[in-house]
Order: sequence, then structure tokens, then C-alpha cells
Amino acid sequence: MKLGFSKAEEDFRAECADWLNGQMAGEFSDIKGIATLTAKAERRKEWEQQLAANNWSCIGWPTEWGGRGASLAEQVIFAEEYARAGVPGRVNHIGIELAGPTILTFGTEEQKKQFLPDIAAGKTIFCQGFSEPNAGSDLASVRTKARVENGEWVVNGQKIWTSLAHISDWIFVVARSEEGTKGPKGLTFLMMPIDQPGIEIRGIKQINGDAEFNETFFTDAKCAEDSLIGAPGEGWKIAMGLLAFERGVSTLGQQMGFRNELDEIIAAAKANGRASDPLIRQRIAKAEIGLRLMRYGALRMLSNTDHSKVDGAALTYKIQWATWRRNLGELAMDVLGQAGEITDNNDYEWSTLSNLFLYSRSDTIYGGTNQIQRNLIAERALGMPREPRGDL
Amino acid sequence: MDFAFTDEQLMIAETAQSFFVDNATSERTRKAMASDGFDRETWRAFCQELGLSGLLIAEEFGGSNLGMVEFANIAEAAGAQVAAIPLLGQTMVGQAIAAGGTQEQKSKWLPKLAGGEIIATAGGSADLQANGKKLSGKIGLIPHGNIAELFVLSDGSNAWIVESNANGFSVETPTTMDQTRPLATFILNDVEGEPLANSDAAMAAGKAGGWICLAAEALGGAQSCLDRTVAYSKERVQFGRAIGSFQAYKHRAADMMIEIEQARSAVYWAACAVDEGSDDAELAIHAAKAFCADTYFKCAGDMIQLHGGIGFTWEHDAHIFFKRARSIQTMLLDGNWHREAVATMLLGEAA
Repeated sequence: MKLGFSKAEEDFRAECADWLNGQMAGEFSDIKGIATLTAKAERRKEWEQQLAANNWSCIGWPTEWGGRGASLAEQVIFAEEYARAGVPGRVNHIGIELAGPTILTFGTEEQKKQFLPDIAAGKTIFCQGFSEPNAGSDLASVRTKARVENGEWVVNGQKIWTSLAHISDWIFVVARSEEGTKGPKGLTFLMMPIDQPGIEIRGIKQINGDAEFNETFFTDAKCAEDSLIGAPGEGWKIAMGLLAFERGVSTLGQQMGFRNELDEIIAAAKANGRASDPLIRQRIAKAEIGLRLMRYGALRMLSNTDHSKVDGAALTYKIQWATWRRNLGELAMDVLGQAGEITDNNDYEWSTLSNLFLYSRSDTIYGGTNQIQRNLIAERALGMPREPRGDL
Repeated sequence: MDFAFTDEQLMIAETAQSFFVDNATSERTRKAMASDGFDRETWRAFCQELGLSGLLIAEEFGGSNLGMVEFANIAEAAGAQVAAIPLLGQTMVGQAIAAGGTQEQKSKWLPKLAGGEIIATAGGSADLQANGKKLSGKIGLIPHGNIAELFVLSDGSNAWIVESNANGFSVETPTTMDQTRPLATFILNDVEGEPLANSDAAMAAGKAGGWICLAAEALGGAQSCLDRTVAYSKERVQFGRAIGSFQAYKHRAADMMIEIEQARSAVYWAACAVDEGSDDAELAIHAAKAFCADTYFKCAGDMIQLHGGIGFTWEHDAHIFFKRARSIQTMLLDGNWHREAVATMLLGEAA
């Protein structure tokens, strides 16, 4: 059992840091430190292409498709250095982390040739069409319909929370293709071009004034008959396979962002005198401890090479970080005091810490609410009996 | 990136788990609780048959010179059964003498500790008065002080080795809520103490060993509370369903697991940081002691609640975990103290 990384891995870290810091000090200094997912979208598409031109776009992919075949440790290191250098989030993270691996695993040779090079090159931006107004936590109850007509898939319905749909080129959609089916059966996994008359996108303004999410409406929207992954009716299997690709490589990178937020709170507390309040001191210590435990929890999870059984500990990670960060938002406001509730900005844009307070309310909801996470932990990790399902 | 147990560490952990399950049974622990809080049979087997009592001690002194990770594997397994053994004191004294003792002190005492030939414990009080080598005063709340024969005692700045058979030494044993680790009061009247060569090093190492021991025990205990509660939730039927199928029940069990997995990271981060001499070691140890103690108490309290009436009885083992959990929370300084130590590292001293 070791805490750190090997010499070779640390050399790789230095290489990542050099390149990323050089970019953030040079050609792409204008996007350094952007906190939201939406600001300067065009420049960030250019950044995707810059990453690709230097072979940093999808290092975990196989070399033949534009990756480096990087080890898990190297991917983790790149994610850490990426966040540490203050590079803003990837606008094509869905393409790189979800769509690409799904096509690699379940797609045909033709589909790999059609999509992978352009995803890797930052030319095709993907978004994800899973959730619907009535299929949130209960993801399998999708109602969006798909049928084949004149050699094309025709799709009708509505998706919601489609993050970054307004700047994306393609969307993958889980739709009900077999009339009369319920739940996970009869679903098909389609890939659809967004720029077409049958798809309409409306932004959803959220609690912090930003609009990262969208409603996506499908009215006789079309894609080619072979633009599906797997067979018709296998959509649920593909969707679950896709979610399993989120193995937590990005979590350590995400923690670097958390580190920056906590450091900012510590600096604010020292500056405004709250650092001498014993209760604030306890909460800052708790936040620090929680962040460290998150790091070593993630390292345990990623060091576990036995994938033959459900890694129960890994199931606890999402609720752990989400709850920690929501608490951090509250701590930030308690450190700032009332000053955290005003801004000179006339567009309702907030400082990092005030924005953290607002935005972190979503952390315990998206990607499975805390309540759903507890069900998963209890049923899958602890083997407790399933809740009987309703019939409405 | 290799933050996972080696095969050897896994083997030690598994050996220790089955040893304590087989030996530190509820029956034996309860027998110890009814007398002096010492399960002699388990301790003797642990020291002599299992041969793991000298795990942290150097080979030249009869130990096996393994690290804190392996030690934490053992303490976790002992804690999972709330074994009534003097592991805490033995560890603190062994670490203190190894880090701060003279060569002669090490040669004299470490082999005896490694072989389990002598029972040891540690304690301190600012009230302890030293007049040359003669110590006087009262030191309270010493774990397993009622049965120990060898002590490392300190006044906060200096530390001495003291033996229970020294002239002027006496022990009082109040009733202790956690009967698996009784707390004793030492009364010293001009008792001869042998100064350690380097008191600072001895106290630092002793405390570090003690904190990791308690954190690992707490991790093991908390996991037992969860395991036993989950097992019960599958057997107990109310309203025509196993109670474990109710979300109100499941969510509490899930919350226990979320804390326990963090506690596991805390223990092995701290143990690894000590073994590697990491700059984070001090932070990690404070984090582990505070976090694991709180986790154990939460899980033991939830265990009682989730068992309903049976969990409140003497007959059920829940109270044994609950009392040990409470004892760990305050032993060797409470969570607020450890978190303040972390806060000081981040924020400086409180103004």
C-alpha cells in the first residue's frame, strides 16, 4: 500500500503540467479560470482542438483512434494537472468520456470510423439525451418514441437537462422503440445530428442565473436507420454500459477544483477575521478532512483492480463528494457573511464562493440524487431487499 | 498509484479477523467485563500463538518490524470484536520506548513487549511532580491501568518508565462504563521512574501509535455495527416485509456505510503516511482519530436504534459497541481537539 505515484508517473505529471501551464499562460490565457460550463463556448471549442492537435484530447483511448492508450494512473494525473492549471471544464467531456467509449465498446467499425476521429479532434461535440420530464430518478420510464419509417428513425418526445445541447453537434438519445413496452425493455440507443428542423433546444435558466442545461424537443426528428448502437431494444443495456464508463478517472481532477474552493474559503476567513471563530475553525477542519478522505477514497477505488465484484466502496463516492460540496457552499457563505449575498455585477453573475453556494445545490441531485444513491448503496453494496415497485 | 493492500497485508488482515472472531467471542468478552476487563485467554493466544503482538517492534528486539498499515489491520480486527485486550497500552509503550528509549531500555523492555510477557500502558498528567527520579502525584483515566505492570508516564514535558511493583505506587479502579477497557487511577508517592532518553520523541511516537490504534479499532467496530444491523434487517419482519426493505431503514444503513468507507480511507491514509514518513502524517493522524471515533459512535448509536427494543438490552451486544465507541471518542483527546489541531495547521493559532 502506497500513498503516492511512481517516478515514471511523476515524470508524466511534470510533462502534463508543463504543457497545460504553458497554454494557460500563452495562447489560451483568456479562458483560464472560467468556472461555468457555458462561458466563451467558441473559444473552448478551439481549446478542444488545441488539445487534440497535441494529442492530449483523449489520452485514455487507444492510439489507433487518437488516444495514447494511457494507464488509469496517467489519466488520473492528467485530470489532476488539468484542474490544477486552472483550465476550464471540457465542453466535449460527454464525447470524450461517454460517447467515445460507448462507440469503442459497442459500435460497429463503420461507426468508429465515422465518429471517433472527429470526437477526438474536438470537431464533434456530443450531448446526452437520457432524462425526461417524467423520467428522472426513474430513468427507465422514458416516453420519447422512435419508429423506423422510410429507412430512417423518426423520433418524437422531449428530453430535459441536456447539458450543453446548445453548443453540441450530436446527441445520443434513449427512446422507446417498441409500442406498449415499459421500463428498461423496448428501448433503443440512437445517435442523432442536432442541426435539423425536428430538434428544438430551449435553455433552462438555473438557480445561479446561468443556463447550462436545456430542454430538447423532438418533433419528427430523424437519423439514419443504422445510426443506433447495439440492436433495437438493447438501449437500456447500452445506456447502463455507458454509465459504467464513468469509473471515476475525472474525480481526482474534480477534487483539485474543490481544493481551490476550500483554499479560497480559508483565505477569506483569514482576511475577514472569521478564522478566529472556534465554530468556523471546526467546520474548516472538517471540510479539509473530508476533502483528504475523498482523495484517498478515490485512490482506493482506482487502485482496486478486481472488477469481478461490485465495488461497494465506489458506490459511496458520489453522495460523499456531493454532500461535502453542498456543505462547503454553506460554509463559504457563513465565512463571507452578508457580504456574500451582494455583488456589483449587473448580470447576476457571482463570485466563485457565492456561485458555489448556489450551484452546489445541484450536486446532490444530478447524476442520481442523494436519496437514489442511498438506495443503490443499500441494495447493491449492502444487499438489502429492494423496495417494492409501484404501478402508476 | 497503488493505494491497495499488498497480498501480505491482506493475509495479515484475514488472519487477524478470523483470530479475533474465533477468540474474542461475546461470551469471553462478557466474562472479562464481569471481572477485570481483561480477556486473558485471547491476549495469551494473540501474543504467543498468533505471534503478532510484536508486529511494530524491530526484529533485533524480537518483533517482526512491520508497519502501521499491518498494525492497523490487526487493531481493526480487534476492534471489530471489541476484544478486551490491552493492545492500546502495549502499542503506546512499545512505540514510546522504541522512539525515545536508551539502547539499554529498548533491550530490556521491547523483547518482553513483543512476546507479550508483560502488560503495559501509558498515561500522563500535568499534576505529576518530579523530584529527580522520584515521581509523585495522581494520574487518572489510564486504560487497562488495573492490570498493567509497565508504564510510560509523562507530565507533558518529560516521560519516565515506571513499574507497578515500585515502592510508593498504588492503583484505584473506578467502575468504567466501557467494561472492556477499564480506566484506572495511578497514585504515586515518591515512585522511582527511569527517564526516557528522548521524551519528546517517545511521547510523539506513543501518541501516534495510540491514535492510530483507536482509529483502526473504531473502524472495525463501526463495520461490525453495520454488518450486524444489515443482517438483522433481513431477518426481522414487520408489516409483512423484512424491515431492511423500508427506505427509512436502508438510508440509515447507507449513511453508516458512507461514513465507514471514509473512516477506512482515514485509517489507511494515516498508517501509510506514518510508514512513509510523509509530511501529511500529523494531519492524517488527527483526521483519522477524530473522524473514525465519530463514525463509530454514529454507527453504534444507529445500531441500537435500528434494532429497536432488543438493542437496548444487556443481552444484546449493541451496548458493548456503543460504550466502546463513546470511550474511543474521548480517549487521547476528543474530536474537537483533533480538529482544532487541523485548523491550526490551516489557519494558524486562534486569535
